[in-house]
Amino acid sequence: MTNTAATVVRGVLPRTAAMPARERTRSRVGLSWLVPVLYIVFLMAPIYWLLNMSVKTTNEILGSFTLWPNDFTLSNYRKIFADPVWYNGYLNSITYAVLNTVLSVSAALPAAYAFSRYRFLGDKHLFFWLLTNRMAPPAIFALPFFQLYQSVGLFDTHIAVALAHCLFNIPLAVWILEGFMSGVPKEIDETAYIDGYSFPRFFFKIFIPLIAGGIGVAAFFCFMFSWVELLLAKTLTSVAARPIASVMTRTISISGYELGVLAAAGALTIVPGAVVIYFVRNYIAKGFALGRV
Amino acid sequence: MDKTENNKAWFMVLPVLLLVAFNAVIPLMTVVNYSVQESFAGNVFFFEGSKWFEQVLHSDRFHASLLRQLAFTLTILAIEIPLGVAIALAMPRRGPWVSVCLVLMALPLLIPWNVVGAIWNIFALPDFGLLGRALNGIGLQYNFTREAGDAWFTMVLMDVWHWTSLVVLLAYAGLMAIPEAYYQAAKIDGASRWAVFRYIQLPKMRRVLTIAVLLRLMDSFMIYTEPFVLTGGGPGNATTLLSIDLVKIALGQFDLGLAAAMSLIYFLIVLAMSWVFYTMMTRGEART
Repeated sequence: MTNTAATVVRGVLPRTAAMPARERTRSRVGLSWLVPVLYIVFLMAPIYWLLNMSVKTTNEILGSFTLWPNDFTLSNYRKIFADPVWYNGYLNSITYAVLNTVLSVSAALPAAYAFSRYRFLGDKHLFFWLLTNRMAPPAIFALPFFQLYQSVGLFDTHIAVALAHCLFNIPLAVWILEGFMSGVPKEIDETAYIDGYSFPRFFFKIFIPLIAGGIGVAAFFCFMFSWVELLLAKTLTSVAARPIASVMTRTISISGYELGVLAAAGALTIVPGAVVIYFVRNYIAKGFALGRV
Repeated sequence: MDKTENNKAWFMVLPVLLLVAFNAVIPLMTVVNYSVQESFAGNVFFFEGSKWFEQVLHSDRFHASLLRQLAFTLTILAIEIPLGVAIALAMPRRGPWVSVCLVLMALPLLIPWNVVGAIWNIFALPDFGLLGRALNGIGLQYNFTREAGDAWFTMVLMDVWHWTSLVVLLAYAGLMAIPEAYYQAAKIDGASRWAVFRYIQLPKMRRVLTIAVLLRLMDSFMIYTEPFVLTGGGPGNATTLLSIDLVKIALGQFDLGLAAAMSLIYFLIVLAMSWVFYTMMTRGEART
């Protein structure tokens, strides 16, 4: 339909006016093609370098400067999969990120429903207070978190990190879900009640399927922010639940020249993000904008 | 949407309230507690009133890291916002390339923050890194672990690499929401490229750009892991931003009172910014 409209418009315009405009558009397209390409090259260069380092031998890294691996090896990756300290780091990170996602989304679901459907005493203040926690620098909380979780006996457990990450993930989940829920017309709720649905039955049978997409996006963002955060995860763990990120920082400080292993470990942490990103590519802006796009 | 008045909704909010309060209120009160006391050996406390606050507010060290923080935040905003908008404008609107662009551009956003630091460390090393080699190759004396200027350049470049895509994605989402009819109307009027940008695209992107600016403003104030892994705050104190300084004082020197007072001042700064963010977002929503 838009195509026909465009043709009509073009037909109506006088020839002299239409031609330069069309030329201008074409030349702009020709140039603007380059901008995203250059930007993506800039984004990929460091990642390429990481992958390049990760398949080189230590000798090659230290001995010569090459743009691509001459002596291709997977030994760095093999080292990671063979050493329990390394692969447990991955398992620990995944464990607390999944735990946190389940906790955050299930707690945020009823709350987001309340915010999107009801007015209640102090609702706006509560919403703002939640937001301030998303914005609070984790550095402020590092020390008291350490003491709090030690005093309740949760220090160095997965659940401690999962709970601590609720600080910024629950507000995020509430905001995203509230955005999606406000898009569902209220008449649906009312019709269900008239049809004799109880609230829990309505909520689980009708409402949740309607916002399944939103739940997916919220879950993705909770997982992601729990996965990328390091400061709190590092503060709250020592050995048993140590995240991969923390294993990596230790490698940097202790053996500064095992660059190959470090690069391989880094490359592996990109994988989960790279896999799931495809599914949420159209919602990613909405997630970062706290459900407000 | 009109909302029903229902105070029982509090019960639905309760789980969130308890979880967040456990993580936010207890630690915050601990910090408040420390900030007015002197501690000996970590278990004997004396009330000290506002001593720590006065010390922080008069300390050159705090002023210096606050200044560095402000300089960093303003620099990255000045680069990332225009760059992000320009890239979003140049991106294809439809076709198979849209997904490719979105996925590739979003990639840096989803890399663990310490890995971002590690990637840039490896990338910028003067002897093994591609960037370090290239810059030295064209005759610049580049060494980010020794030269404060080079460290700053690398840190800013890293942040641009890491977060410009956020601005791109938000601006792009804003652009895609503009109906085709607007462009057709502009074409009929013979509007120039600049006029289309100034009077159609920019006003329509205003809301997402507000979000982008405020998110980058606040998130750059919390930045810790990336510069810490990249430079460790050095050389000297050249890249010691607020968070890094705070962690140095709190966990490094275990100076509880001082760190707590600094935390609270820092938190108040962030709180003020969050309030601006919240009012601007909700006001924007009320209008549309």
